[in-house]
Amino acid sequence: MKRTVFRSRWLPYALVLPQLLVTLVFFFWPAGKSVYLSLFKSPPFGGRDVFVGAENFVQLLTTPEYYDSVINSFVFAVGVTALSVAAGLVVATLANQKVRGLVLYRTALLWPYGIAPAVAGIIFLFIFHPAYGVLPYFLSMVTSYEFNWLLKGWIAMCLVIVATAWTQLGYNIAFFLAGLQGIPDSVMEAASVDGAGPLRKFASIVVPLLSPVTFYLVVVNMVFAFFGAFGVIHAVTQGGPGGATEIMVFKLWKDGFIGLNLGSSAAQSVILMAVVIGLTMLQFRFAEKKVTY
Amino acid sequence: MRNAVTRWSAALTLVAALAGMPAEALARTDIHFWHAMTGQLGDAVETLVKQFNESQPDYEVKPLRKGTYAEALTSAIAAYRQKNPPHLVQVFDVGTQTMLLSGAVYPVFDLMRDQEVRIDWNDFIKPVTGYYMKDGKLYSMPFNSSTPILYYNKDAFKKAGLDPEKPPRTWKDVEATARKIIAAGEAKCGFSTGWPSWTMVENMHAWHDQPFATKRNGFDAVDGVELLINREFGVKHVGALAAWQKDNVYSYGGRQGTADPKFVNGDCAMYIQSSALIGGFTRSVKFDWGTAELPHWGAPYGRATSIIGGATLWVMKGKPAAEYKGVAQFLKYLAEPNQQMWWHVNTGYLAISTTAVKNLEQGYHFVRNPRQYTAFAQLTGLPPTLPVAMAGKKPAPVKPERTATVNSQGLRLGNFVQIRDVIEGELENVFAGKKTAQQGLDAAVAKSNALLKEFAAVNKP
Repeated sequence: MKRTVFRSRWLPYALVLPQLLVTLVFFFWPAGKSVYLSLFKSPPFGGRDVFVGAENFVQLLTTPEYYDSVINSFVFAVGVTALSVAAGLVVATLANQKVRGLVLYRTALLWPYGIAPAVAGIIFLFIFHPAYGVLPYFLSMVTSYEFNWLLKGWIAMCLVIVATAWTQLGYNIAFFLAGLQGIPDSVMEAASVDGAGPLRKFASIVVPLLSPVTFYLVVVNMVFAFFGAFGVIHAVTQGGPGGATEIMVFKLWKDGFIGLNLGSSAAQSVILMAVVIGLTMLQFRFAEKKVTY
Repeated sequence: MRNAVTRWSAALTLVAALAGMPAEALARTDIHFWHAMTGQLGDAVETLVKQFNESQPDYEVKPLRKGTYAEALTSAIAAYRQKNPPHLVQVFDVGTQTMLLSGAVYPVFDLMRDQEVRIDWNDFIKPVTGYYMKDGKLYSMPFNSSTPILYYNKDAFKKAGLDPEKPPRTWKDVEATARKIIAAGEAKCGFSTGWPSWTMVENMHAWHDQPFATKRNGFDAVDGVELLINREFGVKHVGALAAWQKDNVYSYGGRQGTADPKFVNGDCAMYIQSSALIGGFTRSVKFDWGTAELPHWGAPYGRATSIIGGATLWVMKGKPAAEYKGVAQFLKYLAEPNQQMWWHVNTGYLAISTTAVKNLEQGYHFVRNPRQYTAFAQLTGLPPTLPVAMAGKKPAPVKPERTATVNSQGLRLGNFVQIRDVIEGELENVFAGKKTAQQGLDAAVAKSNALLKEFAAVNKP
């Protein structure tokens, strides 16, 4: 690597300053404020903040519902990540073949990523809603089983996982396509000469060579499922039925902005932050060893 | 030199123009009003405000829609913390206790007294104002109030061989009616509900004169309030709903108004939802439909009035004293019988002054719109069908069938938004068969009591 040497002592600092400022103002300051707020109990309109130390945390960690939301978050994040990364890889591999109208297909495949999670949620709502959705109407002709996710928690969870995975699909396809195009033709041809079939080539060449991309996508999708999927949950299930799809980020929003319990909400955001930082570090520590760059 | 003169005179003209132009706008004081009414209801708010602005020269009310009820409240809180609140904010019923204890509001009763605006408080309908009174004083101005009623599909009744003018009056009737209509193939489900906690738990307790919470439903104290919904009555009612859910006599359709399509599409023959939907249903429902009072379980339970839902206008502290005169005038304008009648006729929300209701009666409003009579009857204890006196034939004294009691004056609970969420979550668990009615309601009470305790600790009055 080439080392750049600045003549002025201050120039490098001046160059990184804007980026540092953005990080400070939009990440460290709000994060610090959350930590500060999490140590207080305060009435909604303010004015009488009472310092309570770790009480907000203790309260959360001693209520079973909070653990439900943590478990829901992990189920949701693993589901979304597995589905969107696996589907993204499959679709990208298919789209990487030489077919007529390739540009059109590729463009169309990227579209879902341009849809905001909340809008995706509304689209799914119109398709799947038990009262006015299109799909339950047709399903009711085929089977008498009621896919009523207003009451059946596991169906609601599947629904929000699929909806969220769909919004992430385009993003994953884009990265996998780029990764696939980076695999040299010569390697593939050599494998063909050695008599490897398409499946063998996929398993022995494509998957290992794509591992850096896959690793990156797993981390990004995981973080998205923990934070960014809020819009889908908010639009589709509102955390219901009976809290079955209440993931951590939704619960902290609900307790803070609907319930006006700012202290607990701040404590939840601190815990969520810690969980996601911990998770990302774990991924880098263990999974990255299996990645070949 | 000449250039300089031209430039100067041009600048001066500009300054004069700028100074002169907003003269008229400056003379009027802006009154900021944040609300959460959408669609047709939002248009109705704009119309009322426009009429007020045109009726006097001094004040310009500026309405601003701030999203949902919860979002409007959160925005107002954020603005108050930034020391720049709106003059008026519309807050839903469940936010009442939070507002009362916030220390951030200027009670409407005090505002009117300070501004020497005379309002005859005795003219207001008690079940509506009672919800928002403390120590005999009205704290916020009732704006949009409604109460849950039973909607039913007259066409489905007729086709199933039932009398469309005889809606079920007891829960036993509801079940029998539902089974007949389902058996006749005229509907997939008997009935559904909107706002599950409000219609099926809160109002059912009031309607049967059962306490919802201790300390007179929270009106007497903030400390030590506990829910009472896991007692015999609550368990019986929720248990019945759960049993009916199994064979479609009842069909749960989600929270808030998400079940509306079940009735509008004709899937469910009956629907319990806010009386404020009369306007919307009049436009969107294609079949013949009617309204009836809420079903009752009969003896041994008592009979009381139903309770209201909706929102009120709260005056925020922290604005210049002179501007409150305009706020008082605007609130007085909204409370006048003419505006009340207009609001009721155009939105379906209740008129809240006795004079307005009398005027509506005399104008044969209820004779022409019998659907709009049900809610008034439920809240004031009048008979469920239009009495002869109201039909204008002969003045017969109307004897109230039920009266407002301590159990039906409303609910005043802290953290009520979360409590509703907890109750509805547990109802879902019960309807899904994950818990029995007793287990679900016990869990709801335990969680709600913790929320009430937390609220009392943070909001010491």
